[in-house]
Order: sequence, then structure tokens, then C-alpha cells
Amino acid sequence: MNAPFFKFDMFSVDFSLVIAFVIGIGFGFALERGGFGNARILAAQFYFTNMRVLKVMFSAIVTAMLGLFFFVAFGWLDLSLVYYTDTNLIPQVVGGFILGIGFVVGGYCPGTSCVSAATGRIDGVIYLFGVMAGIFVFGEIFPLISDFYYSSNMGRVFLPDYLGLSYGMVVFLVVLMAVGAFAAAEWGERKMAAKKSGGSK
Amino acid sequence: MTSLTGIFSNKGEAVQEKVYEPKPYSNPYLVGIGLGLVLLASFVIMGRGLGASGAFSSVVSVGIQQVAPEHAANNPYFKEYISDGTTSPLKDWLVFEVLGVFVGGLISGLLAHRVKKTVEKGDRISVRSRLIFAFIGGGLMGFGAKLARGCTSGQALTGGALLNLGSWAFMMMVFAGAYAMAYFMRRQWT
Repeated sequence: MNAPFFKFDMFSVDFSLVIAFVIGIGFGFALERGGFGNARILAAQFYFTNMRVLKVMFSAIVTAMLGLFFFVAFGWLDLSLVYYTDTNLIPQVVGGFILGIGFVVGGYCPGTSCVSAATGRIDGVIYLFGVMAGIFVFGEIFPLISDFYYSSNMGRVFLPDYLGLSYGMVVFLVVLMAVGAFAAAEWGERKMAAKKSGGSK
Repeated sequence: MTSLTGIFSNKGEAVQEKVYEPKPYSNPYLVGIGLGLVLLASFVIMGRGLGASGAFSSVVSVGIQQVAPEHAANNPYFKEYISDGTTSPLKDWLVFEVLGVFVGGLISGLLAHRVKKTVEKGDRISVRSRLIFAFIGGGLMGFGAKLARGCTSGQALTGGALLNLGSWAFMMMVFAGAYAMAYFMRRQWT
């Protein structure tokens, strides 16, 4: 098996758009199943009352990460052909922080707001207009901030190389961290539920 | 909209106002595994992960191009998203993927009777304030995602699974930013 298939010219660019649409359907379907078309479910993550965001996100990352790891180990997939953004540490850290604030203020992230809008949520529709406004502002002031945008470029940084550990070891550590986070999330939810039922009586 | 799904499932006669209760959301770990397999399929088939904000960059760039073509062509950021005119800039992988996200979300919502015209908010905030916050939050998200080179899907999920250093730093900061702001937003949600 030679993967990624597209990089080995197994189908045309036009057909890749069909695949994009089908993959998008799977993505949207999963997000809706998870409850992520609902801003209250998403925001609850940040009040420790419902930790679905963490559970879904980390089990998805672990699943895809393990899949990639084994495909690479079996020699089926060439990881160097998978698209990978460069690390620009400072802008990404600042961008992530702004995005996190936007998450709890707006109640969605861009992908989940699409599902929210598709299932009739007016706040999701308005949020999407906000996203486009934010992108517009970013583009307009881009000439002023382009130095910062391109700063602290570290190139393509693979976490195992950065930490000086083997690929398998980092995969193992991430799985361990995820399992720990799941246990903490389950514990926290029970604790918050007990607090709530105790407080309302 | 619950009645709409009721009409669909009726056999064409005597449209009854059959009200379906929305089904509970699925087990988050199973959803996560499903989402992970979609992401893995994208890596294996396409050699790229998922995304969302990038599609809106294309839409915004095309919008500006329609209104002010010269302005768009002179802007170093927007012009990246505008093609040389041989094909439409909207004939883009992420744009089609995001169209799929809308459709997939709608299918899942219809099957579970969760499609409903409503505003999601806590009890302590008005609809108007909630919508203003939705717009502001979206704006911060759009700006932050451009600075970070992706959003929760393009960086956290995709880069997370690829063990990309920048994506992991980004992900930690998303949670940090959201938890730091949560206290000030409590009236909106709790």
C-alpha cells in the first residue's frame, strides 16, 4: 500500500473535491453526534460540568495518531508526504490564546459553528459572520503584523525529534496523558454533579 | 423543526403534528474514535488533515475580490487565496470539505431530531446579548485562527495527531485562553 493515495496520483484533483465533501460529511456527522452543534455543551467544558470537548478531542487525536503510527511502522504510509504546518511558536501561542478566548465568548470554534448553523442555531450563524469579520480584519492589517506572523519560525517540528525521544515513545506518552485526562474528566464531572445537586437542595 | 421531521417520517397522508423528542448525544469516546477514523482516512487518502477556518478565508477573499478586485489583489494575505483566474478560488479542498460538514451535521441532526431553530445560551443572558457575544467570539476566533495558522480542526486535531510541536503548543493555549476567560463569561453559560 502506498499512502497518501493522492500523493501517488491515484486520482485527479477534481475527484479529490468529491473526497473532501465525503470526508466533510463524516466530520460534520461526528461533531453533531458529539453534541458540538450546541454551544452550551461546548462551553460547559470550561466550567467543568461537561467534559465532552476534551473526551472527544483526545480520543480522536489518539485514534488518528495510533493509526498513523502503525501505518508508518508497516511501511504503508510516508509521513513526510503528509501536509504539516511549520511551527511559528510565538504567533501560534498568541493566536491559540486569542482563539481560546473567542471559544468561550462565542461558544463555538469554526467547524462546530457550521454544524450549529446547519442544525438551526441562530447563534451559530451569527458566529460564522463573526469568524469572517475576524478574518477580514486580520487580512486588512496583515501588512502591519506580517513580521510578527512570520516570527519564531522553527520549520517543520516533529515532537519526537524535538524531545529527543522515539516516535513510539511519544505516542505512548500521549496515550498515557489522554487516559489520565479521561480519568480526571470523569472524576471532575462526578464531583461537579454532586456539588450541584447538593447546592440546589 | 421537530414537527418537520415528523412530517418527513409520515407516509404522506394526514400530516400529524407528531413531536419527536431529541435523542441524547452519543458516547463521547465513541464519537472521538469515529472522528479520529475520519481524520485518519483524510491522512491516508489525501495526505492532509481536516480544517475549517481556511475555507472561510477563501470565502472572505473571494468576497473582497468581488467588491474591490484591486484591493484584494494588492493585499498580501487575500491574494494567496485568489487564484490566477483559470479556476474559481472556491474550487478548493477545504471549501468542499466544509460544505460536507454542513451536510453531515444536518443529516446527523435530522436523524436524532435535534434540528431546531433556536439560540443556545444560559438562562441569565438575553438573546440579543448572546448574539452580540457570538459575533465578537467568532471575530476573535477568526483572527486568532489566522495568526495560529489554523483552528481547532486544522491545528489541534490534525497537528495533534501528527505530533506537530506548534499544534500542541497551540492546543494548550486554547484551553488556557478559554479557562482564563470563563469566569467573565459565566452569565452567558451558567
